[in-house]
Amino acid sequence: MSAVIENVSVRYGARAALSKVSACFAAGAVTGIVGPNGAGKTTLLRAVLGLQPLAGGSIRILNKPLAEWPREELARTVAYLPQGGEAKWPMLAEDVAMLGRLPHRAAFAAPQAADRLAVREALARCDAAAFAHRRTDELSAGERARVLFARALATGAPILLADEPAAFLDPAHQLRLMELLREEARRGAAVAVTLHDLPLAARHCDEIVVLHEGRVAADGVPATALSDEALAEVFGIAALRVRDPEGGRDMLASFRRI
Amino acid sequence: MDDTVSFLRAKSVGDVHRARVTLVLVALALVFACWSFLLGPSELSPRALFVGLFDGQGAAGIIAQQIRLPRAALALVVGAALGGSGAALQGLFCNPLASPDVTGVTSTAGLGAVLALYFGFAAASALALPAFAIAGALAAAGILYLLSRSGAGVVALILAGVAIASFATALTALALSFSANPYAMSEMVLWMMGSLKDRTLNDLAFALPLTVAGLVLLLTAARGLDALTLGEDAARSLGVDVAGVRGRVIVGVALATGAATAAAGAVAFVGLVVPHLLRPFCGYQPARLILPSALGGTVLVTAADVAVRLIAPDGQLLLGVVTAMLGAPFFLWLILRMRGKP
Repeated sequence: MSAVIENVSVRYGARAALSKVSACFAAGAVTGIVGPNGAGKTTLLRAVLGLQPLAGGSIRILNKPLAEWPREELARTVAYLPQGGEAKWPMLAEDVAMLGRLPHRAAFAAPQAADRLAVREALARCDAAAFAHRRTDELSAGERARVLFARALATGAPILLADEPAAFLDPAHQLRLMELLREEARRGAAVAVTLHDLPLAARHCDEIVVLHEGRVAADGVPATALSDEALAEVFGIAALRVRDPEGGRDMLASFRRI
Repeated sequence: MDDTVSFLRAKSVGDVHRARVTLVLVALALVFACWSFLLGPSELSPRALFVGLFDGQGAAGIIAQQIRLPRAALALVVGAALGGSGAALQGLFCNPLASPDVTGVTSTAGLGAVLALYFGFAAASALALPAFAIAGALAAAGILYLLSRSGAGVVALILAGVAIASFATALTALALSFSANPYAMSEMVLWMMGSLKDRTLNDLAFALPLTVAGLVLLLTAARGLDALTLGEDAARSLGVDVAGVRGRVIVGVALATGAATAAAGAVAFVGLVVPHLLRPFCGYQPARLILPSALGGTVLVTAADVAVRLIAPDGQLLLGVVTAMLGAPFFLWLILRMRGKP
């Protein structure tokens, strides 16, 4: 297991953001984290990154307690794509992607051949090589999202955490994004992604963790985690399920409120 | 494959542009520094001045070493301090309106310098003047930093900067009117507008090392500023010590701006205009911008100081008047262009 989260609790003042959450992010798998707004999805990712002080529980990254990781080494091991991320200056796409190499670069050193290669590969994998020399403010939202994703991939970390990467993307770009996450997993990375889109999560994730008010309401393979009971209890919805004509797993087609 | 090899060898587009613009700025800075050195009321040949600069003999030697050199060198130092500080502050706040003067840092540094001068601390110790100026700069930068930490938006920060600047200017005026100095009014104008007239090697002796120290501190924070363009969480996930970066920028800006202001008064708009003009040539990347901005600052201040003496050889025109004349319309244009953007 690449990341093991055990009984983790996080408090914001008096409010419990996470209560005794346990989960695993396995190498080679895409783990989806779903839940209503305010369920603690982002807090969970921030906890795994060591950005969030824990009120209880423990997190192990590659079998070593999180607290024992030196900052730079952890940065090379866990890559993070924050929600709605955007470069605040209109930097060039290749320069944005190069930021993902910061944990690999010695202080004041210019980018090395290995850095350039990683950036080039990451941009190519995200179909962003064509606008490597363009400014990010001249790109469409979908192109910009791909550049930022390439930035996270350029780190080459064995664990990738992506917070709502599918938000604000059109359906084609959403699907492409899920493919990219899948490719990362196939290359051996542990991928954890928070998603609002339940059909997307059900279709493209190997494991799903359903968070509800800071607790794990259900987890397991999509069919188990997104059962009728879990959907009703956590989201207050009932799902219409459709058999995949191509023989894959059942799909969530539509919802109605209960 | 050839394509891959050329990509791996090639510098990024931003680095190539930056290298070119850096060369041009170095050349311009040298030209204006020489011009500034050769410009003055005494009619000495360039040859006599350069000889005097190195052997220090006779009138030419004294003029070259004691009058021309400090003025030309201080223009370079002050410009580098303000340009570099502006680039770093804009990077820290992720905002092109942040600069030492707009945020009130130069005004509070000027207040510190006036307090040190007119209440006798500067007479007691040569380091009191820059120390007070740096303390003043640190106060303003610290207040803005705390405001930005508490979630204040850009408008709030700019307004706070205006308030801090007005308050510091008022206190400067108050301090000067209480001091037993018959020239208080003209001195006050000197501090608020900035001038390089009648500077000595003593001014250079503190301004140069402090500015260099401040700029080095800013350069160590440069990479962190790049990471901060992705937001605080992303920067921390890239292994950046965000609090350390902020602290280094605040202290570096206070050192450089404080020293520059102690030497030349509050020179306006350099820290605002220069980084903004050079940013497109640096691929809009904060780390790449700091050194070219420092160079651009030296060019602007040295050129303005030459212009001051060409326009009014009697020495009545102040340096800040020229930089403000160039900078203020530009600031308005910047605000107009930023309309509607958060």
